[in-house]
Amino acid sequence: MDQELILELPNDVRSIGHAVDYVMSHCSDCCAVAKRLDLNFRVGLTEALSNAMLYGNARDPGKRVKVEVTVRMEQVTARVTDEGRGFDPTTIPDPTLPGNVDKPGGRGIFLMKSLMDEVLFNEEGNSVTLILRLEEESPDVVGGATGGATA
Amino acid sequence: MAFQVSKSGDVMVIDVEGQLIVGNRQELKHKILDELDGGERKFVVNFSETGYIDSSGLGVLVSLSKKIREQEGVLRLASLNEDLRTLFELTKLDTLFEIADSREEALEGL
Repeated sequence: MDQELILELPNDVRSIGHAVDYVMSHCSDCCAVAKRLDLNFRVGLTEALSNAMLYGNARDPGKRVKVEVTVRMEQVTARVTDEGRGFDPTTIPDPTLPGNVDKPGGRGIFLMKSLMDEVLFNEEGNSVTLILRLEEESPDVVGGATGGATA
Repeated sequence: MAFQVSKSGDVMVIDVEGQLIVGNRQELKHKILDELDGGERKFVVNFSETGYIDSSGLGVLVSLSKKIREQEGVLRLASLNEDLRTLFELTKLDTLFEIADSREEALEGL
């Protein structure tokens, strides 16, 4: 029942919605926990793609973003890799702290970490792996990742 | 996905259909800023037909809220479903916005 998808996207944020819809359409076998997929995975993948295009690839239309997705009954994994120089994810301030809440940006990585069970960056900082576990008995429908976020 | 703009009394109501994400946030921003520049001061953004919002969508709402306040206007959000409300609560943006349960409630007293 495992499914593997590999997509190469142009560095155009307008492609994100369609790409996420396409990936989600291949996750339909995991309908028992569709709610967790619909919000957590959908938003997490959108954030990863957005970060890759806007910051990793620095909006360069000549660059591309690679998406590798594995769908299993027990978990969905997505690796998003850009062609940029990478960054240090630990330097991103907490957007929920007083003084940051009214800033327009800075919530992407926070949302990824909040909504996914694991968020793993490679050493270069240009590839992020998102893991969402889909056990039916999982108490977390949204928010409060069960496995903790790792940067 | 689309943004439908209508007027209820002196309140501009913007219905967000589909998604509010990085790919279309600028469209919403321009629609509201055009109305603000045209003299409108009261805004309700209605999410009853919205599937999901990402951080860029949240960010554009924060930015618009600030610009509207600077012009002594009011922005209210309406009809957030359970998922969308979760995103606002996770990011603590529920403390920044006036959020009404329905479009009608948002229009009350504006």
